[in-house]
Amino acid sequence: MAAEMRHTNAAEPPAESERGIEPLAPVLAPGQTYASVTDKISSIVLERPYHPGWLIGFGISFALVLLLLFAIGVLFTIGVGIWGINIPVAWGFAITNFVWWIGIGHAGTLISAILLLLRQRWRTSINRFAEAMTLFAVACAGLFPILHLGRPQYFYYLIPYPNTMKVWPQFRSPLVWDFFAVSTYGTVSLLFWYMGLIPDLASIRDHARKRVSQIVYGVLALGWRGSAVHWRNYESTYLLMAGLATPLVVSVHSIVSFDFAVGIVPGWHSTIFPPYFVAGAIFSGFAMVLTIAIPLRRFYGLQDFITHRHLDNMAKVMLANGLIVAYGYVMENFMAWLGGDPTEVSSSMDRMFGRYWPAYWLLIACNVLIPQVLWSRRARANTALLWVVSLIINVGMWTERFVIVVQSLHHDFLPSEWKMYYGTIWDWATLLGSLGLFSALLFLFIRFLPMISIYELRELVKETGGGKQRPDLMSATPPTRSKL
Amino acid sequence: MDENRRDIDVDVEEVRGRLEAARGPEYWRSLEELAGTPAFREWLHREFPRQASVWTDEVSRRGFLGLMGASLALAGLSGCMTPKAAQKIVPYIEQPEKLTPGIPRLFATAMEMGGDAIGLLAISREGRPIKLEGNPDHPSSRGATDPFAQASLLTLYDPDRSQTVTHMGRPADWEELLAAMTAVSAAQRTVAGTGLRILTGTVTSPTLGAQIRRVLTAFPQAKWHQYEPVNRDNVRAASIQALGRDAQPLYDFMRADVILSLDADFLLTMPGRVRYARDFIDGRRVAEHDAVVAKMNRLYVAESGVTVTGAKADHRIPLRPSEMESFARAVSLALESPASTPATNKPANPDQWAALIAADLRASGPRALVLAGPEQPPAVQLLAHAMNTRLGAVGSTLHYAAPNEEEAVDNAASIRALADDMAAGRVQALIILGANPAYNAPADLDFARKLDALPPNSFTLHVGLYNDETANHCQWHCPEAHYLESWSDTRALDGTVSLIQPLIESLYQGRTAAEVLAVLLSQPRSNPRDIVQDYWRAQHPGPGFDAFWRKSLRDGIVGANKPPTNVIPSAGTPASGLFARTQPAAGRQQPAAGSQAGAAGVPQSAIRKPQSAIELLFRPDPTIYDGRFANNGWLQELPKPITKLTWDNAVLLSPATAKQLGVVNEGMVELEAGGRKVSGPVWIQPGHADGCATVHLGYGRTRAGRVGDGQGFNAYLLRTSDSPWSMVATVRKTGRTQPLATTQHQHAMEGGEIIRAATLKELRERPDSVRKVDKHPSLLPNYRYDTHRWGMTIDLTACVGCNACVVGCQAENNIPVVGKDQVSRGRAMHWIRVDAWYQGAPEDPRIHFQPVPCMQCEKAPCELVCPVGATVHSAEGLNEMVYNRCIGTRYCSNNCPYKVRRFNFLQFSDRTTPSLQLMYNPEVTLRTTGVMEKCTYCVQRIEKTRIAAEREDRPIRTGEIQTACQQACPTRAIEFGDLNDPDCVARRLKESVLNYELLGELNTLPRTTYLAGVRNPNPALEGA
Amino acid sequence: MTAEAIHDHASEPPPALYGIAAEFDTSEALLRAARAAHLQGYTRMDAYSPFPIEGMAEVVARHPNPMPRIMFLGGLAGALTGYGLQYYCAVIAYKINVAGRPYHSWPSFIPVTFELTILFSAISGLIGMLAVNGLPKPWHPIFSTPHFERATRDGFFLCIESDDPRFDPQVVRRFLSQQGAKEVHDVED
Repeated sequence: MAAEMRHTNAAEPPAESERGIEPLAPVLAPGQTYASVTDKISSIVLERPYHPGWLIGFGISFALVLLLLFAIGVLFTIGVGIWGINIPVAWGFAITNFVWWIGIGHAGTLISAILLLLRQRWRTSINRFAEAMTLFAVACAGLFPILHLGRPQYFYYLIPYPNTMKVWPQFRSPLVWDFFAVSTYGTVSLLFWYMGLIPDLASIRDHARKRVSQIVYGVLALGWRGSAVHWRNYESTYLLMAGLATPLVVSVHSIVSFDFAVGIVPGWHSTIFPPYFVAGAIFSGFAMVLTIAIPLRRFYGLQDFITHRHLDNMAKVMLANGLIVAYGYVMENFMAWLGGDPTEVSSSMDRMFGRYWPAYWLLIACNVLIPQVLWSRRARANTALLWVVSLIINVGMWTERFVIVVQSLHHDFLPSEWKMYYGTIWDWATLLGSLGLFSALLFLFIRFLPMISIYELRELVKETGGGKQRPDLMSATPPTRSKL
Repeated sequence: MDENRRDIDVDVEEVRGRLEAARGPEYWRSLEELAGTPAFREWLHREFPRQASVWTDEVSRRGFLGLMGASLALAGLSGCMTPKAAQKIVPYIEQPEKLTPGIPRLFATAMEMGGDAIGLLAISREGRPIKLEGNPDHPSSRGATDPFAQASLLTLYDPDRSQTVTHMGRPADWEELLAAMTAVSAAQRTVAGTGLRILTGTVTSPTLGAQIRRVLTAFPQAKWHQYEPVNRDNVRAASIQALGRDAQPLYDFMRADVILSLDADFLLTMPGRVRYARDFIDGRRVAEHDAVVAKMNRLYVAESGVTVTGAKADHRIPLRPSEMESFARAVSLALESPASTPATNKPANPDQWAALIAADLRASGPRALVLAGPEQPPAVQLLAHAMNTRLGAVGSTLHYAAPNEEEAVDNAASIRALADDMAAGRVQALIILGANPAYNAPADLDFARKLDALPPNSFTLHVGLYNDETANHCQWHCPEAHYLESWSDTRALDGTVSLIQPLIESLYQGRTAAEVLAVLLSQPRSNPRDIVQDYWRAQHPGPGFDAFWRKSLRDGIVGANKPPTNVIPSAGTPASGLFARTQPAAGRQQPAAGSQAGAAGVPQSAIRKPQSAIELLFRPDPTIYDGRFANNGWLQELPKPITKLTWDNAVLLSPATAKQLGVVNEGMVELEAGGRKVSGPVWIQPGHADGCATVHLGYGRTRAGRVGDGQGFNAYLLRTSDSPWSMVATVRKTGRTQPLATTQHQHAMEGGEIIRAATLKELRERPDSVRKVDKHPSLLPNYRYDTHRWGMTIDLTACVGCNACVVGCQAENNIPVVGKDQVSRGRAMHWIRVDAWYQGAPEDPRIHFQPVPCMQCEKAPCELVCPVGATVHSAEGLNEMVYNRCIGTRYCSNNCPYKVRRFNFLQFSDRTTPSLQLMYNPEVTLRTTGVMEKCTYCVQRIEKTRIAAEREDRPIRTGEIQTACQQACPTRAIEFGDLNDPDCVARRLKESVLNYELLGELNTLPRTTYLAGVRNPNPALEGA
Repeated sequence: MTAEAIHDHASEPPPALYGIAAEFDTSEALLRAARAAHLQGYTRMDAYSPFPIEGMAEVVARHPNPMPRIMFLGGLAGALTGYGLQYYCAVIAYKINVAGRPYHSWPSFIPVTFELTILFSAISGLIGMLAVNGLPKPWHPIFSTPHFERATRDGFFLCIESDDPRFDPQVVRRFLSQQGAKEVHDVED
């Protein structure tokens, strides 16, 4: 299986030009060798000194992590009452953040799994940190369902375990599905990610000078020695895992969407939610990948590995999913109108023109209108612009979840119970804090683990006809250094 | 010891700081913080402050008071005991015996309030009252209650009640007071009591009346003044004019077919309210009967503000106070000139209304009734008298009874006289029993300053539940016993007398008024029980007294024969005697009245009103009444029936007037009259008459306690003795705003099928006009409920929106008070709420009330989404909430289409304040932070009855179980029962054509269903 | 690390031979050599490369790839556990009326079943792969081969092991150098 895949990969560039696609930017800049790629990536981990930029960035993120911890402390001592939630709007920022983060967490697995199955070679340079991003996003997402509980100390009631009360979880509840989906997703992503790391950890182990790193990476590498038989088992497992992860990605966000779709709240109770949530997830996920990749390749001089082609493809994926999401928005209102159910109609009217109208039109602008610039190739080629657009989409997708959660709840069946929800300072602190946690983890990752899959780059070198050069030549192609 | 002393010092400082800081909502938490302090805990261990003396030496007085305030624990604990065997109180029905823990017992008693009394049954657990219900045998209650009676329980346990005798603000004790009073009485005896004044509220207690009269005989020159801020002066003045003597009109709504209310809020604030509401609704129940044969009375209401009575009216005519008299006159004239039968079927102006109403009244003759609210000036009262006489209603739907007061006086005159005497230095000793004139006396009297101006050698004593505004201006203050701690008696509006027996040892060494007066009569140590008993022994001499006494205590009604079920005074009661006397009197006046053409006979009172100004109405607050309940968290947080505001009063304006003044909700306006100014936030009230504003009394308290202080604004500051109910004032916009906390922002139904209503006419033509198909096909199986199927019906025709159910539920289920801030965040905790829906034009919308408890859906959306099975279905169809399994995802609430679930966002229920621990219903869990809660159909009552039935080896009887809301409801709007029981009322009602499910289209199969609201508008008015 | 490891071993009595390793410059060379060795009838050998080389496993491996079977069984176990668990909870252990839904609400049980299928399959995948590859194995004789750290960078190694029935040091050394090996080393056990 693995073997034939290699073949098609090797045969790809001609195939593409046959397909009449305009000559593509290469997925790997020419002149790279097994050694050069290996050294280039591992040097970031092993040789580079702590970069002031890195220190500042990490410092800020860490400050936000402390803010998060403080907010959580207050939350646990006083109760969820410190947030703006009320009856009827019993879910606020917490669930919004949860859905947003889990959505972001989808791009990683998508890139590494689905693109692997689709044999998109361009995935190679970005899958590793996309997977890392997935993990960290899922970690952030995983916080909120527990934080938002009125009695977080009893979250384990969700786990089916024999207990003296002889009570079991209620498996008809989407929250239980959620619990299983998210924990499964987290675990599988971790395994997938770690598995991908093993050969690279071995590389780093073998090139480490310091004893500490030799031991640490040695332990992590599990004694990988690149045996051909190992490679075979390894690859087929990796491929099978990708095969599993693909439906998993789709299922997870579908299930997250069930939290709403299964409810009877007008604005939630809609069959379009699963596909529209999955598209939204990919949309925001790719936006986040770009948000990270663009600065990363610049500061660490990875333009050779994360080329314009990568950015271009991701922009296209974003555009496509953006259109699906837009379709979702249209259908919501259309269905409300078609169904003619007064509460549904009233709800979607309120969504557009009610008290929360700014949020709705903000999300329309961010997720539907602005991304349309990506139709233009020149826009896609302009990394700065691309980065801004990706940021806007992140904001837009958060707003979308906010509107779905809060606006729907504040305006349901009995007008007598319609009430407004406003986030409190603690709501915001928790959101900011989770952003801090995410970026802090990311900073640690790029500093201590190979952020690009080295062994896959080596394959790429081979396939793109690169190969072995003598050490003296290698120094002729010095790695591009960052400006900072 | 020294070390011990040191850390106590520290704590006292803390305590003081905390108590000072405590405000409104925090109050519920401040004490628990307090209890957290080591010294306090250590103190608690010792049960009593053995070393209080040690402390007082070293601790500042203020600090000591602070600690006393906090140390209600001690008082509470000491109070937690069964009444002394020496003073047997007699339980309702069963004979007193050794108290069995866990078995609640009922004791009959009565609550006196503002010149009215309601008979109650107190449920006592382990020697402490935990719930109050109406006494079914008492004619003023018939088993129901109003919000005030329900909430009075909280006042009993209020930790802010005054706890000690004070002298000059310094803690003193009863003995010191005794000494002082003895001295005073000795001094006054020498001068025949020339300088002695007694000020009370309206006295309806025979014993107290007798006691006061004895004082007056002992001190011939002494004077007794009465002042009740919400009084019947107008009624009194009018009946003296019309009938030659004071009489209290009693209305028999059961007999009335057509009713015209001239601003009489007889469903919520007027004395006799509970009974009146019941009778009025009994006169218009449709659901029980087939609509065709059903007959309904018709209610016309002319009013300025919007009251629940106006909301229930079939036709409501908004009028400015100044227009009320001319309107009444117009009706009266139209009555007398039969010719002018109206042609119009769309009355445009009051006169056309008048003609039309007159015609309707005339048509039903003696079965018609015209009543004027006590707030209406004598002129309007007289017109009502004249109309009733003309219609022949007197003796049919209206009776004149002797006032239930011991001595009816003109309150305004009485307090003015006292004020004048004080100013003139004729007062040496003033004893204020229960009244709070410093707060609520007419502003023009400037009573507080006069109190301060009394010469220092004079003696002033305030006896009251709270160390309030008046106490602050008196030398002495003595804690008064709450009625649930007292031996006393009271006479209801209809003359029914009830004994008041204590349910618990006085928590804070409170004294009854009679007990205090006994000191003046140099019987210092007399026991309140003996005082009452002696009085009645005098009334019923002879051997049979003990039996009589026991029976009276047990039944809650004095007198061998129970009063008839309607409020016509039966033979033998003083009322009928008076009635006999007043009839000829009235008759004698008739020709005169006739010659002066009745209405015309009533002198026209001139109304002048500058165009720029606005007419101001003062009305008792629908939840805290005249301010006496200001420190009662239940009532403060109880949404006002129409506005749904909590914790505040407001300047209520009609939309047009607000527009004209350029003000919006929560915008502050300054009201000025007679050089006095008050400013308060505006609340726009659709249906309010234009050109006038309603302000409710009772707010702006400064010494009510930590709950009531600083809430709202004090309307008494504008109210003068000559215009107590309405005056002309100028309104000025201040530009500032003040947030108000309302529980319902949206009163329009947005086209939803939430309220179903019909007119009697429609119903007769198309009996199933309100019945719609609720069911949709479902794939789900139907569970079978073979044992019991609990279900409920709520009759929207009967619900008058009085909120008694809400407070009843709050008391039964230990529902916490959350405070204004939390309410405004949308976190009120009431398990049952009463939605007020507006329909039609904002000038005069039709208002519907809809109580919404948990619907106990058979296919409950909330259960489906709970991840841990914390809310599941019982075999009897209850939607059960398992608190200790709940992890607080709040998903159930999101998925509840009725939004009846309530969440403990913070630690709302007070688990530490000792006195409140005594109050809680031991059968209902106190909920903690992070737990969802909701209406349970009072499952604890169901279980209690089940156990009793099983012990007696019998099935649960029909109607044996009453939910708290059902029991509290004055109009029996709520019926609950086992739908498998063929005799169950609720079951029968569910078969009525009026029965419908709220949001039935969602197929939630709610067990609680509604009976459509039916009105009976005048058929002459098409489409009205 | 490797250096010391060697030293440790050197300090032991006469070291047995694990095999003979040859380093090649390119993956093609390595593959060629391996195929040749295969033709020679060598069965016990292994190739080490910085990235998988297609066709190599077929030459050196003695067993077919077990992973698909392992992961399928894992997934199957997950599915059964998932549905079984829910059925037990909702229908047997805690049978209670929830929202009037049937005790056995199978449509609601699908999501968890699916998730557990994936979870079990993935876990059995990783653990299975490591087990089959005999990892973790911090020390392996091949590590003592000079320059072997290049096997994770740009070195390509072929090792014919001493337990091969046709193993003869001289022959093997000669054979490997004939295959154009850059260097040939004895690998001590």
